Amino acid sequence: MHDYAFYLWGSYAITALIIGIEVISLYLRRRKARADAKIEQ
Amino acid sequence: MQILAYAAPQKFYALAGKLEPWFWAAAVALAAIGLYIGFGLAPTDATQGDVYRVIFIHVPAAWMSMWLYVIMAFYAVLLFVFNTRMSGMMIRALAPTGAWMTVIALVTGALWGRPTWGTYWAWDARMTTELILLFLYLGVIALSNAIDDPRRSDRAAAILSLIGVVNVPIIYFSVKWWNTLHQGASVSLMSSPKMARLMLDAMLIMGLAAWMYAIAATLNRARSFILERERDRAWLGQSGKH
Repeated sequence: MHDYAFYLWGSYAITALIIGIEVISLYLRRRKARADAKIEQ
Repeated sequence: MQILAYAAPQKFYALAGKLEPWFWAAAVALAAIGLYIGFGLAPTDATQGDVYRVIFIHVPAAWMSMWLYVIMAFYAVLLFVFNTRMSGMMIRALAPTGAWMTVIALVTGALWGRPTWGTYWAWDARMTTELILLFLYLGVIALSNAIDDPRRSDRAAAILSLIGVVNVPIIYFSVKWWNTLHQGASVSLMSSPKMARLMLDAMLIMGLAAWMYAIAATLNRARSFILERERDRAWLGQSGKH
């Protein structure tokens, strides 16, 4: 386990980072779209 | 056809708004169950040790990378046959999530390959065609963003989706057609699985979680596109509050 920990946890860390980036970008895009369309939050 | 009613942005926006939270919730719940089985219950692999647990994200991401492109091609057909406005927006909404799934599949595959194969990357048929898939996704995103007119932009993205989809069966069958470093399919409808039951369960549940996530992200992005394109229409005043 210990020898492979970098590769195993590195995979999960990068996946979490990518999903985090996508979810935040979805949220920001939606917030801007709502603001531009003048819809109340 | 009744279902085509949801090709109208107004109807789609309201329906997608109701469905989206359920898909997010299902994605989180299934991922929690899948990870619990994958890390808590599934045994350590006899030859690979614990590093095999990368497959719980690698395989679902690779499946989604191919499926999302096929769905884009399906919407491209809808665009050309029925000329529906939502089809183009769906292609554009699917592409970024498909691209991210492809990146996850490539990166986790490399991180799994180093300790098991001894290399992060080999130019074998499976990996190279998956890399081409990433370029196709980026091409669809870049092409649709480069054209200002929404109708022309949608059509350009649809054409590239249709041309690129030929790559998907090549990715899938590459491990059969060529002598690749990448192993063959572990799961097939035609034969029994080549792994322990709990490992398979965790992988399939994570696959379902990836589906739910991809649907939720696509619905969310499609709703933003609708707001951006239809912001001057009266219906947004009533339906856009959700």
